[in-house]
Formats: sequence, structure tokens, C-alpha cells
Amino acid sequence: MAWATVAFDLLLAVGLGWLAWQSMHGTGLFRAVVSFMVFGLLMALAWVRLDAPDIALAEAAIGAGITGALLLSALSRWPEADGSPDVDRRRRWAPGFWMPTAIVLLSLLGLAAWRLPAPGLGVETAAALGLAGVDNPVTAVLLNFRAFDTLLEIGILLLGAVVIWSLGTLSQPLAPTAPSPALPALGRLLFPAFVLASTYLLWRGGHAPGGAFPAGAVLGAGGILMLLAGARPWLTSDEHGPWRWILALGLLAMLAAAVGVLAVGQDFFQYPPALAGPLILLLELTAGLSIALLLFALYLGGQPPVRWDRGPTP
Amino acid sequence: MTPYLVLAAVLFVLGLHGLFVCRHPLRKILALNVLTTAVFLLLVTVARLAEPLDPVPHAMVLTGIVVTVSTTAVALALAARLAAFGRGTGGKRRTDGS
Repeated sequence: MAWATVAFDLLLAVGLGWLAWQSMHGTGLFRAVVSFMVFGLLMALAWVRLDAPDIALAEAAIGAGITGALLLSALSRWPEADGSPDVDRRRRWAPGFWMPTAIVLLSLLGLAAWRLPAPGLGVETAAALGLAGVDNPVTAVLLNFRAFDTLLEIGILLLGAVVIWSLGTLSQPLAPTAPSPALPALGRLLFPAFVLASTYLLWRGGHAPGGAFPAGAVLGAGGILMLLAGARPWLTSDEHGPWRWILALGLLAMLAAAVGVLAVGQDFFQYPPALAGPLILLLELTAGLSIALLLFALYLGGQPPVRWDRGPTP
Repeated sequence: MTPYLVLAAVLFVLGLHGLFVCRHPLRKILALNVLTTAVFLLLVTVARLAEPLDPVPHAMVLTGIVVTVSTTAVALALAARLAAFGRGTGGKRRTDGS
């Protein structure tokens, strides 16, 4: 069946290339955004083919799901297009410069990718896995061996939310002006399923693909669904001020763990092997909560008002 | 794994081309996303070629996906503000700046 897998890979690669082209040059912004979302979903398939199920989960939840929601919400808030073409036709077809450059760049990149030596940290990671406190090598790298990267990453998410909130207060209504009557009931029905799925992903992260990032993304998506259904429950400075600390909880917990192990005679982020398992579970829990709320905050696109307007949107 | 290596190179060039040529900010942001996906694809394909499977690039790509979504969100928010600001004086939509 070797030819079947090769045919599948080729079909997937051609489809991905075409969707990428459509997302930049397709007619109409809506079509471009939807092409990109389909591109993200097909990428998840490609990650599975490349034996990277952790990335497939994250790509499906974050790359296609949350990014798609962000893009669609930005599209709806965008001022109407002014009729000018999306692509500068003069520059697009300057073949004398673009075509040779693109071909040279493409062949150089292809050659470089072809000749690149494969990295070889697989053996070292497998050898150290016994000390990591978890069985899933990707989780071990993320939260133990290279935990500093994850600390910075959560810092970047927090920074993104702070930048967006500092751009001004949210003024536009977020829910659709004529929401479907089924949406609130459906949202209420589905939200427990979102919570259950993200808890399962979080727990699974210790021994199989999963972990804080897909879990947080699923929970954040559930929050966005509730928001679209008309719920206004979160992040106001008036009613839920203290709850906003959850946004920073993941970062603070990781910093506390990194500095805390210094007190028991270890190095920065070097967990004592006996405590590594529970510590990683705790960090995953706090990071998952933080990521869910941070993605939700990014989706809002502005600082929430002091108090949500609870009246029906006209 | 050759199709994926070639796809990574093609997506990189496509994304770079789109980043320079597209005029609409939303399309530029999409091009940037395609560009990052190309880099992730290269990393993961190279990790797949290693024996045994190397989990370190996987963790790096997971980190990268989250950083990309933060970048996209900030870029979208900035671009939307810019678009609204540009039409703020003459257009029919006026933002509530205060």
C-alpha cells in the first residue's frame, strides 16, 4: 500500500498549496479567510501523517479554530472594502523580477530542506524521560526540559492580551445582531462538553498527546461560543476584577515553580525528580486555565468595559 | 517525506510573495500565517526524518503556534484600528475614540 500513502501525501500537498494560494489571492476576503481555515484543518491532517499528533491537536484547536474565529470577527468589524483591487496588478505581474527570484529561492530552499541533517535529540530525550515525571516526550520537553520556552510563550500571550486591551475599550457589540434562537440553548448544552473535553486533554497530556495548549484552546473556544450566544460573564473590572488574575496565573505559577526549586537547592527550572510529576500537572492546570482566558481575551479585541451592557442588543 | 519538504519550500515562497504583493492588511496577515506554517512544516518533517523521532522540534512548533496566534490577534487589532482611523474623518463610520 505504499503507493496509496504516497498518493495521499501528494494530494494533500497539492491541496494545501492551492488553499494557501486561495487564502492570499482568492476573490473576496470572506473566501480568503475560509480558505485559510480549511488550510489549517488540512494541516492538522498533515501533522498526523508526520507523526506529530500533539501538533495536530494544537493546530486544529488553535490554528484553525481560534485563528479562524479571530479572522472572521475581524472581518465582520472591518470597514467595507473601497472597491480597489486586493492585489496590486502592476506589481503582481512584474515577471522579469518576480519569477526568476521566486524560482531561485524555491529551488534553494528545496535543496536546503533536502540536504538538512536530521536533528538527533531523540535518544537524549528518551534517556532522560525517566526523570521528567511524565511519559509523553513532548510534554516533558515543554514543561520540564525546555520549560523556559514555555514560560516565555505564556508571557507573549499575556503581552498580546495587554497590547490589545491597551488599544482601547471595546465599543462594538460582539454578539450577532440577529442571533439564532437555538444558539443560547445550544451554547448552554455544549459548554459542559467543552469543559469535559479540555479537562480530558489536560489529564491526557501526561502520558499521551494532549496537554495544556489544546485544552486551553478548547476551553477558550467554548467561551467564545458562549459569547456569541449572548453571554457576558467575564473579565469586567467592576464585577470580576479579582478573576482577571487568572490571565496571569499561568505565568506566575511557572515563575514561582522556577524560583521555588532554587530554595530546595536545585537550579533554575530543575525540578526535584520526586516532585516533577505533580509539579508538571499543577503547571499544566494553571497554564491551561490561563491560556483559555487569554485566548478569550485576545478574541475580544479590546478592553472589556467596566460593566457589560446586559440589555438586549437592538 | 519528500512531498512535505517540497510543500514547505513552496508555502514559504507563496507566503513571502503574498506578504509583499497583497495590499489588504488581512491578506498580509494570512500570508504571514502561511509563512509560519511553512517553517513549522520544515521543522516537523526534519524531526520525522530523525531516528528515533525527535520531540524537541515538536515542542518548539507547539510554542510557535501559540506565539503565532498572539501575533495574529495583535496584528488584526492594530490593522482594524488603523482602517477605522483612516476613515475616521471622512468616512461614514466614526470610531468612538474617547
